[in-house]
Amino acid sequence: MSDPGPHDLGVAALGRALAARELSSVEVTSHLLDRFVGHERLGAALSIDREGALAQAADADRRRGTGAAGPLLGIPIAHKDIFVTRAHPTTAGSSMLAGYRSPFDATVVERLAEAGTVTLGKLNCDEFAMGSSTENSAFHLTRNPWDESRVPGGSSGGSAAAVAARLLPAATGTDTGGSIRQPASFCGITGIKPTYGVCSRYGMIAFASSLDQAGVLARSAEDCALVLGAMSGFDPRDSTSAERPAQDFHAELAKGRAGASAAKPLQGLRIGLPKEFFPAALAGDVEAALRAALAEMARLGATLVDVELPRTELSIPVYYLIAPAEASSNLSRFDGVRYGHRAEHYEDLQSMYRASRSEGFGAEVKRRIMIGTYVLSHGYYDAYYLQAQKLRRMIADDFQACFQRCDVIAGPVAPTVAWPLGAQSDDPVANYLADIFTLPASLAGLPGMSIPAGFGAAGMPVGLQLVGNYFAEGTLLHAAHAFQGATDWHTRTPPLAEPRR
Amino acid sequence: MNGAPGRAAALMRGFEVVIGIETHAQLSTLSKIFSGASTAFGAAPNTQASPVDLALPGTLPVANGGAVERAIRFGLAVGATIAPVSIFARKNYFYPDLPKGYQISQYETPVVQGGAVEFFVGDVPHRVNLTRAHLEEDAGKSLHGVGREGEAGAGAPLDFQGDWTAIDLNRAGTPLLEIVTEPDMRSSAEAVEYARALHTLVVWLGICDGNMQEGSFRCDANVSVRRPGAPFGTRREIKNLNSFRFMQQAIDYEVQWQIDLIEDGGSVRQATVLFDAEHGETRAMRSKEDAHDYRYFPDPDLPPLAIDAEWIERVRAAMPELPRDRARRFQSQYSLSAYDATAMTPSLRTADYFESVAAASHEPKLAANWIMGEVTRRLNAAGSDDIAIAPATLAALIARVADRTISNAAAKQLFDALWDGEGSDVDALIDSRGLRQMRDAGALERIVDEVIAANKKSVDEFLAGKERAFNALVGQAMKASGGKADPGEVGALLRKKLG
Repeated sequence: MSDPGPHDLGVAALGRALAARELSSVEVTSHLLDRFVGHERLGAALSIDREGALAQAADADRRRGTGAAGPLLGIPIAHKDIFVTRAHPTTAGSSMLAGYRSPFDATVVERLAEAGTVTLGKLNCDEFAMGSSTENSAFHLTRNPWDESRVPGGSSGGSAAAVAARLLPAATGTDTGGSIRQPASFCGITGIKPTYGVCSRYGMIAFASSLDQAGVLARSAEDCALVLGAMSGFDPRDSTSAERPAQDFHAELAKGRAGASAAKPLQGLRIGLPKEFFPAALAGDVEAALRAALAEMARLGATLVDVELPRTELSIPVYYLIAPAEASSNLSRFDGVRYGHRAEHYEDLQSMYRASRSEGFGAEVKRRIMIGTYVLSHGYYDAYYLQAQKLRRMIADDFQACFQRCDVIAGPVAPTVAWPLGAQSDDPVANYLADIFTLPASLAGLPGMSIPAGFGAAGMPVGLQLVGNYFAEGTLLHAAHAFQGATDWHTRTPPLAEPRR
Repeated sequence: MNGAPGRAAALMRGFEVVIGIETHAQLSTLSKIFSGASTAFGAAPNTQASPVDLALPGTLPVANGGAVERAIRFGLAVGATIAPVSIFARKNYFYPDLPKGYQISQYETPVVQGGAVEFFVGDVPHRVNLTRAHLEEDAGKSLHGVGREGEAGAGAPLDFQGDWTAIDLNRAGTPLLEIVTEPDMRSSAEAVEYARALHTLVVWLGICDGNMQEGSFRCDANVSVRRPGAPFGTRREIKNLNSFRFMQQAIDYEVQWQIDLIEDGGSVRQATVLFDAEHGETRAMRSKEDAHDYRYFPDPDLPPLAIDAEWIERVRAAMPELPRDRARRFQSQYSLSAYDATAMTPSLRTADYFESVAAASHEPKLAANWIMGEVTRRLNAAGSDDIAIAPATLAALIARVADRTISNAAAKQLFDALWDGEGSDVDALIDSRGLRQMRDAGALERIVDEVIAANKKSVDEFLAGKERAFNALVGQAMKASGGKADPGEVGALLRKKLG
């Protein structure tokens, strides 16, 4: 356990301390930069821009001195390396883009900068966000702060590890099939993936366009609400962005239903428990933690109702057809012609493509490009891609049937706690199967959260997943905030060795 | 549909020729179809390529409403169905001038469905049915060269050595409307007249500048031959025909080539061919066997393109009167013949010009004659389509011909002066050049009397029934008047005096 310090403060608390001038942004930023150095062994970051961060912090302090305010002014964050930024290299965790510099900032990056955040750098992830352990990063591993011999989850593993290790109060992430929720669960922090279309995808390196969505990893629902509020909203540069007025998610935290009280803040909330989310294969330690958390929700006034998501298992093949299909096309632009890796030795155009892409992409990315190319091929498209799209529609309909009977759906994020490094790296199918509880909401485009719900085997954190209806982020955040008002799982800190000075 | 209804196809060496045309019309938007970069032609390489056009990581396409609106305008003009929902799809293939590794196009559900183009071949009306017209983006350009020589010309960077290929992405993302016909044409002449009519239409509608040299209007011709009554033969596609003359030559060559092949016992294999204008022949580029699998699928970055009735009505309200409708109106309103009416509608500019001249002069037939005659002659001579005389000026000139102030010959002389910028006041020029026809009846009578007296031989011949002698007398009188007499009046006076 490290000494208490500014790193213990979450976004909201740090915002209050900065507003009260108890701390300056430069002080906090400098402290966190030191912690990144001290905890380098975690491998959370891909690039840290010390000078740039301190300059932004000084600017935030100066602006505060001239009357500027705002909950995120001077708050240090960092971005998953899927978001393009002008100030740092952007790699997507791939050798293909080693050293790549974007001439523009992603919309999410731009909006958070406008809100006054200080960007420390870029965080590790699975290559092109493909993976669930961050072991597919072309550069290095990221370790789980709760047990350095275990994975942090993925693909937003660098973001989750950095927030859990108190290197940052919050970080951005992206979620295509669970890439925010699963690492949040594995690292014992709070993560939210909003409804598809709430955050702009402009400047987010595409994996599977119809599924990719930006979100936040932080310590609490309140912190998530503050950051999400600043980064979301319509963007004319993304045709799939939802044309809706900007939302004040923080204001939603306090909005209870009729009959809610301080003692029963969840009164009136119906929580649906799909029986398919509690199968025999669910690890006992995970189920025990979840059942206790759900009992706490009930104690806070929520009603638990049984619902069904009969196509939960099908979400795995559906996802692993659609996502690779889109990825195979999205990744075609990495051809060595205009930017990115180009092989040194080649004879003609075809061999240049072949060598550049063979050298630039890692095994999992190649596997998905091949699967995707296959399912889109003449003669297979109808059997695979079109069938998968039909099932995707049915999975979305199943959720709507559930939401007739409940307001949010609860269940596990992953079937187990974080597994040891290397345990599944030779078994891609085992990795895919472990996505079963996060894929359905992704396919339906629904918002989902992971909130710390206790601990399982080996003292590893367990996350509770909450899924809401379209644009019901407020409902999710309110429920999570009420739960966090009554529990302290989200305040638990990993027993990190003291950083080397 | 086996060809246009109601007519027998002319056979070529006993074969029926079957042609379908695909046209890429570059839409005249200022910015690209999925990015804000400019579409202007001729800029330095890669200066008009935005991050979206370069397919930089993280970029996304946003459909240009102006391109969609032009597609709607076209669909309405050809009487097609405007799809309430159409789908952008990705056509996947690797090529250096295709930055994303896929082209955004429309595949299963295009924006314009059906419709037809009507035109004349000679004086025979034809109608070609359209299958579809869809929106898509253009690719960039690959330029090839050796050392300092090549398509980049003197602009090739100094470090270009040996064989090189350079990529210019200025054109990448330029909006195209691909217009596809049914296999309805039965000769190269029909194909060319279809293409001309389509060209007139897209330029008329203001959706395409029609510049074929710059590639704004390019045609591919699918050509096959068959024995009458037999099923369609295997087609070969002639790519990138960028002039009507080449189209005719390429199709004619291709038809003979296919018939030769079949008569020699061979069979046509599906292929893509290029027309070599220098040698006047078509040459295979690739055969069906190495055709790509483009792995089309709906583009997840672009929602279905929704066009509601209100949008269609807005476009309809702003549509210009179409060439065919305008020609019909010229027939009824100005009493032009069908031939003249068609001749007055080859372009919006000509039609507007005609109508201004006709209205100001109250002489529509004369206006049409002058435009088909003198105006066309000067335009052809100048190789331009800028009419150098304002419509009001030409109308004034025509009015002076009509009221017999000047003769036709004088009017032509004056027309050239006006065209060459030697003034614009018709009446002032008539006076300063002394072109006014003789209106003094006494003076004319004196001239006629003198001519009769001085040409006894011609008078006798005329009285003996030789009409040619009469013309000689008129000529003499005209000459005596210095060209200022009205030949009609001279003739009438002569007949009266000799009658």
